[in-house]
Order: sequence, then C-alpha cells, then structure tokens
Amino acid sequence: MEKFTTHTGRAVPLRRSNVDTDQIIPAHWLKKVTRTGFEDGLFEAWRKDDGFVLNQPQYAGASILVAGPEFGTGSSREHAVWALENYGFRAVISSRFADIFRGNSLKNGLLTVILPQETVERIWALVEADPTAEITVDLEAREVRAEGVTASFDLDENVRWRLLNGLDDISITLQQESEIAAFESERPAFKPRTQPVG
Amino acid sequence: MGRTLAEKVWDDHVVRRAEGEPDLLFIDLHLLHEVTSPQAFDGLRLAGRKVRRTDLTIATEDHNTPTLDIDKPIADPVSRVQLETLRANCAEFGVRLHSLGDVEQGVVHVVGPQLGLTQPGTTVVCGDSHTSTHGAFGALAFGIGTSQVEHVLATQTLPLAPFRTMAITVEGELAEGVTAKDLILAVIAKIGTGGGQGYVLEYRGSAIRSLSMEARMTICNMSIEAGARAGMIAPDETTYAYLEGRDHAPKGGDWDDAVAYWNTLATDEDAVFDAEVFIDAAELTPFVTWGTNPGQGAPLGSNVPDPASYEDPQERIAAENALRYMGLTAGTPLREVQVDAVFVGSCTNGRIEDLRAAAAVVEGRKVADGVRMLVVPGSVRVALQAIEEGLDKVFTAAGAEWRHAGCSMCLGMNPDQLAPGERCASTSNRNFEGRQGKGGRTHLVSPQVAAATAVLGHLASPSDLTDAQQLVEA
Repeated sequence: MEKFTTHTGRAVPLRRSNVDTDQIIPAHWLKKVTRTGFEDGLFEAWRKDDGFVLNQPQYAGASILVAGPEFGTGSSREHAVWALENYGFRAVISSRFADIFRGNSLKNGLLTVILPQETVERIWALVEADPTAEITVDLEAREVRAEGVTASFDLDENVRWRLLNGLDDISITLQQESEIAAFESERPAFKPRTQPVG
Repeated sequence: MGRTLAEKVWDDHVVRRAEGEPDLLFIDLHLLHEVTSPQAFDGLRLAGRKVRRTDLTIATEDHNTPTLDIDKPIADPVSRVQLETLRANCAEFGVRLHSLGDVEQGVVHVVGPQLGLTQPGTTVVCGDSHTSTHGAFGALAFGIGTSQVEHVLATQTLPLAPFRTMAITVEGELAEGVTAKDLILAVIAKIGTGGGQGYVLEYRGSAIRSLSMEARMTICNMSIEAGARAGMIAPDETTYAYLEGRDHAPKGGDWDDAVAYWNTLATDEDAVFDAEVFIDAAELTPFVTWGTNPGQGAPLGSNVPDPASYEDPQERIAAENALRYMGLTAGTPLREVQVDAVFVGSCTNGRIEDLRAAAAVVEGRKVADGVRMLVVPGSVRVALQAIEEGLDKVFTAAGAEWRHAGCSMCLGMNPDQLAPGERCASTSNRNFEGRQGKGGRTHLVSPQVAAATAVLGHLASPSDLTDAQQLVEA
C-alpha cells in the first residue's frame, strides 16, 4: 500500500449526497481484471454532462474530492477506490462514508476524512469561490487545513499507523500464524467444508 | 451482562485480541465470484502466497454470465476473459468452482444456502455487498472489498473494526399480499441508507419468526441498503428444517452437536442493543421505491413525494435529483407510473418461493402490451425446481421471458439491460442511476407487485387485478 502522511492539493466540490459506487464506477467497468485503467470510468455517466463539476476546467488536476453525506454506498466494488486513485485523487472528504467503501479506501492509501457537514459546507464555499485554493490533509496531525478552516478528524490509531507506514495488512496478519493455527485446531467438527460431497 | 446474537458469533471467531489492534476474526466460509476476485488472486501470485483453506472456499460464476445461449461462447470478449480468469485462478489455486453450465451454478448468495454451506453461528464473507443475505441463518456475514478477499484467501482471517448492534423488532402479522420485500423496503425508508452504518442489525419479533428461510434471506440481503455492516436473524426450527439433509449440512452426531451449539446463539434476554427500532407489521402495505436510492420508497398506495416537503436540505436536493432522473412529477399516484420492463430475479428475490409468488399472479393472465418481463432464476437448482413445478410454462404462456440463472438485469453486467429512459419494476435491491443499464429507471418491488405490474403495465399489486385480466380459455 502507498503511504499517506500529508497531502496538499486543490479540491473538487461534489454537492451530492448518497453517491453510490455504481455512480463512482459503473458495473460494465468491473469486467477488467486489473487494478489500473479505471480513470475514464470514474463518474462516467455524470461526466457526459459538460456542466458536471469534474468537467469544469478550473478543477482540472485537483486531488481532493469533497462530497456530500453517505459517500460510497452500495456495492462493495473496490474498483470505486481504484477509479478515484487512477484519476488522481489522494483523499475524499465527507461527513459520512459507507462502511465497505471506507474500509476499501483505507486499504489502498486513499484517505477518507470524516468532517462535520458544516465544515464540508465551508470547504465547498471556499473552493467554489476560489478553485485555486489549496487544502492540506495532514494525517500525522489528523487535521485538514485550508484558508479559514482548521478541522481535526478522527481515525482509528491502528489504521493511521498502517497508512503512515504503508504497511501491508496480510504480512502483519501472517505474523500471527501460530494463533491462527491454534484457532483452527480447536474448530468444531460440525463446521461446514466446501469439498464436494461424494 | 447478556450478549446479542452478533456478539456471540463474533466472540466465537476471535483468533487474536490485543490492545490497540482490531480483533482478528476467523472466517468459516469464503464465497468467490468472477468480478471481485481476479486482482486478489494476482496479489497472491505476486507475493508467492497460497489459498490457506481451499476447504473453506467456493466459487461460482454469476455477475457476467449470459442468460441466453449459455451453450455458446460468451459474446462479450471482456466478460469472457473475466470468466476464464476465474476458471484459471480456481484451477491454479485448487478452489472448487461451479461454472456456467454446472448444475450448482447460480448467484453466489443463492448457491451457498442451497448447498447447506451457510450455517448458523458461522462467519461468511464474499467480495459482494449482498453477502448480508446469509445472516438469515444466524451467520455473521458481510461483503468485503478485493483487498480483503486477498487477505482471507491468504490467511482465512480478517482484522475487523468493532461494531454496534441494532434491533429491528417487527411484531404482529403481515397482511395478505405484504411480503418480506415490502418489510425491508419500509425499514430502509424509515432508518435511511446510512441508518445502519456501523451496526449489525438483528431482525426479531413475531413477524420475523413466522417468515420462511427464503423470506428471511430477502430481508437480510437488503441490510446493506440501510448501510449496515450485516443483518442477522436468530436460528430456530425453521432454520434447522431448511438445513437438515442438505449436501453440506452436518450429519449424524455432528448434526446433534451443531444444533446444540446453534441453540445457544439467540440473543440473551438481558442483552442490550445499542439502538432499537420497532415496526408494527400490521401497518405495512406493499412498498415501492420512487427514487434513486433504496431509502427513497413509499407505500404503493401513496403519491410521488414533493421534494419541498423535506426539511433536510441534502434530502431535498437528493429528491429533486431523483425525480429528474426518474422522470417523475411530485404528486403523481405511484399506481399511475407506467413501466416498460419487469425483472423478477436476483439474490434478493430469485429463489423458488419468489418465482412461485410471481407465477401465481401471472397465471392465466397476459403481460401487458409493450411490457417486457424477464424471469431469471437465482440458480440452476431453482430453475430446475421451477421447471418441475411448471412455473416456466406459466411465465412463457403469459408472455414473459424465461431465462437461465445469474445476476442478470439486477446490475446489467451481461446483455440483460434497460435502454436509456426505460422504466422497470424490479425485484432486485438497488435503484441507483444506471444500475440496470445506462439511463434506465428502476422501481424496487416485491415479486407479487412485479407480476401485477407486468399484467397491468403500471405499478400495481395483485389486489388491483380483476377477473377482466384473466384470459378466457379457448
């Protein structure tokens, strides 16, 4: 996983709630068997509209998405995270994220930051008035900073440590091999197994 | 203090608990399909890792599979590559796979239960958000992303953040024609698409206990549409009767041991939930969605809501966007909304009871002119059972299309899609923009409402049908 320590960039205001993962990356893109090449599928349907915020030239090259509540609902597709990253986003700010999307993002080094809706509104106002405004998402200080905005955010300490160091979850878990083996040896015989029944 | 069902299952699967770390949980059953697994297998290969427990892993093909011409090569080359990738990965890593054409093939959440693999008190994961379906058996079951799929393949465990518990208590009796689907749509409309966030929901109360296993699966299936981590129902005699004798259900002494364990799982009387929601079953009526998220639903007998009636500005904007996308006007009676298509199927409502319910409504009637009705069984086993009962003939005689098993028009990854602007009454689980095809418009409904809608051409329940729609036998 790519490390995340601190990131400064311009932001895109996405004034929509309930942005589901079908909007972030439509299902027909899910036929790809790679983790890359999803950037053109990001918000594909909405990007057909010239007025959509990602099509506005003043937001080209922005790397932080600031969205309405309930971002990432629906399908568990991790492709949604890959599409945001492939497009160039490093962080998403919202007042509420769907659980699976948030878990996926933090396993890929895409920082999802939860801020109160009123702070989201202030950032929206700021970057709509001045699209060149820079936002800093500082994971070390657990803080988002922009002109007139200093907001701290919570993140589970263990998740933060993994992100700051770019650690691979599987390698960490495999260090617990003896505990996994011990648990396996105690499992009841009635638990299901998938081998074909003869 | 007593513990809830979810807490008991969780506690029984903790491999490691340490200060400052998430609990590491053992996974009893890992279900795979073609869409969310290829990058996970690639990850294993890159790191030189194996699948730790092939005996707890099973794969099927469902999302991409065509429902016509399944004996011919898959026309879409990208879909074909994805299915071939799953086949190659399963062969290389030794994972049991049920491919297109196999009698056990079908939607992953229909296949697990019907094989008897989904059992009370187990942990079940799959790279698919509707894994919550399996909670109907008292399993702790949840959807995961591809990174977690790789993690489970490599370690058979997952580090998981703690959860909160919410009781959804439904007392009373459902009225005639009111189904599990209406109940869960009403729950989602009540608590919202984010209302379950961070929670494992437990559905309880007399109305839940009287439901069949298939109806319970419909309810747990849509827990994710309320944003929940999982949804569960305590196992009982209904659960055991469904399981006993299935291929992978415990046998002999193991069965007795299993039942003894399963009987300990129900939430203790003195357990405390973090949140509680009460619903009076008798007040529920057929429920349909009018918007573009599953929380935007209303009783079939009501009107398309006015966005101005929402106090919350985010909800108001969402309702305005939804009506624009759906091509609906506030105040229109939902029963006057005309449809172009009807889809019966999916992991929500693609099991045999769903097909029976829909067939009973269309039997001796005709699908309305200009309406296309697609019936897609959830698995090959479901299809074979339906054929044995003659349901396929009922559907085709009414003018519906009878298809092969798969996810089909629930998400339109195969050729079964809506055209732009087409409106569909669908027994599936998501009414998101473009979900059933670019520009398509989805109303989520029960199988009974879907079938009545197909006959009348507008959103309707079976009670709207009169003898006039009965075909006169020649």
